[in-house]
Amino acid sequence: MKSSTYVQLMDLAKFFGKVKALDGLNLEIAEGELVALLGPSGCGKTTALRALAGLQELDRGQLIVDGKDVTFQNANKRGMGMVFQAYSLFPHMTARENVEYGLTLRAHKTASDKRKARSSELLELVGLSTHANHYPHQLSGGQQQRIALARALAISPKVLLLDEPLSALDAKVRTQLREEIRRIQLELGTTTLFVTHDQEEALSIADRVGVMRNGQLEQIAAPSELYDRPVTAFVAEFVGLTNPISGTVNGGKIEVLGSVVHTLPGSIETGIGIALVRPENINVVSSNAGNATVFSASFLGASCRLSILLNDGMHVTAQLPSSEVVGLGAGAPVAVSLLDMPVFVKSNK
Amino acid sequence: MKRTWKVQTWRRFIIAFVGLYLIVPLYAMFDFSTKPYGFEDTGRNLRAWRVIPSQPDLALAVFRSLVSAGIVMLLILFLIVPTVIWVQLKLPKLRRPLELLCLIPLAIPAIVIVVGISPIYRWISINVTESPITLAGVYSMLILPYTYRSLSASLDAVDIHTLAEAAQSLGASTFRMISGIIMPTIRTGIMNGSFIAIALVLGEYTISNILNYKTFQVVISQIGRSNGSVAVSVSLASILFVLILLLLVPATKHRKEILDVDNI
Repeated sequence: MKSSTYVQLMDLAKFFGKVKALDGLNLEIAEGELVALLGPSGCGKTTALRALAGLQELDRGQLIVDGKDVTFQNANKRGMGMVFQAYSLFPHMTARENVEYGLTLRAHKTASDKRKARSSELLELVGLSTHANHYPHQLSGGQQQRIALARALAISPKVLLLDEPLSALDAKVRTQLREEIRRIQLELGTTTLFVTHDQEEALSIADRVGVMRNGQLEQIAAPSELYDRPVTAFVAEFVGLTNPISGTVNGGKIEVLGSVVHTLPGSIETGIGIALVRPENINVVSSNAGNATVFSASFLGASCRLSILLNDGMHVTAQLPSSEVVGLGAGAPVAVSLLDMPVFVKSNK
Repeated sequence: MKRTWKVQTWRRFIIAFVGLYLIVPLYAMFDFSTKPYGFEDTGRNLRAWRVIPSQPDLALAVFRSLVSAGIVMLLILFLIVPTVIWVQLKLPKLRRPLELLCLIPLAIPAIVIVVGISPIYRWISINVTESPITLAGVYSMLILPYTYRSLSASLDAVDIHTLAEAAQSLGASTFRMISGIIMPTIRTGIMNGSFIAIALVLGEYTISNILNYKTFQVVISQIGRSNGSVAVSVSLASILFVLILLLLVPATKHRKEILDVDNI
């Protein structure tokens, strides 16, 4: 991956009436990088992607791709490959014709044998070369999205734009296809912007994940950093699970559940705050003299999630490797403390 | 088991009833057209059918009506279809007004339309041409309710916004997007609308008769005044002709059966 900035979204703003879909969004994507935009519905992530595709006019801002200002360029001149959330294959064309469509529109129309070679190559890449002559209605949802991906890649796009391409698919196909998208993206080195509301999807395949809220980027970072070192309470709460537990902050540290841990930058600095503690950062040991009892346990395979009732009446959720929860059934007395991991602390107001 | 049998019987009964309802009048027409006519006929014969080609004005009237129908079809393809698509894609706020506008010809009786439109046609026949082909203008208005319905139904059935955006992102201009992607996608709707329009144009009588143009139906009615059997045979022939045209629509709808759908 090269580190130079390839795509720049600068100060983008878009208002739909009084609703701010984008409110000064800034984002830079390096060449060959896969950036995922994550956020709740209405946060502006799709608007940002559509603006980059040229399908959404902007009220303010500038879009630079490969050193060129494309802000006012028509969508059909931008050379962006896009995969949509809804099935978007042209129903009157076969899979192969769909893949070749973009090539037939080129100013210097690609010769038919070259076109065929290119479509065969891409159908092979998405594993559907045997379905080249099928019509969209003869393909399953997952197959249709693969063909849509091949169609978007056929034009060798400057940027590949994925607008929640997996959300209409069932869970198993989704997981398979997202991994395949990543494999293909790495293989071709295509700069990609991936919009999703599914954090697992974003965290598992992106180089960097940007969390959006109210038309702005709250934080953009590598998945592990986003998860372990959120810079705002919104990011901490939106990405992964957290237990809000109150404690007293002093000198960059907070005392929670009898443990003292460091606070993350962006946390409140003094006073009583609410620590947002990840379930896996809670340490649970069997103890008759402990401060809590197990309320319920749910088995998740490799790990186990325990709902724990503290003596002060509060519930917290802890997640432990399944091997460590032997004997920690409902009603078991336990001692709960925090692992030495920094936490984000928000104000209790 | 018993229930299925009952449903099947009902279904057959309804199909048979509807079939009879449609076929009996046609058979009656055929029966009438082959009955002996005048003193020279002694038994059933096809004389009324044989004389069709020699009827004065008929061939010309059929030609004119077909040309009008052709012009109407071109107007549908190049004006109405792109307009409806454009409104659906880019001007959704105009959908309701357009729908209302297109329904107006259905609400106004043909006779009222003639009264309103006759000064225009008087002017056209004096200053431009007397050809009945100019009726294509008023016909293209009359067919709007049916064509619009058929088009908007097929546009609603597909996500044309996504298809349009997909085509644009792949490099298609607006023209190529509409002509190469949207129109083929709603091909069945366009064909349905067009064939209904042709049937309507070929069957139209009131307006052309009052405006004094000799179209197909007007000539049939004139023949009917002198020879009922011939008029009925011509009518039956025209119904069969339109029927064949309409049967062509489902034939073009035919698609390959689903071959296989794998998991992914």
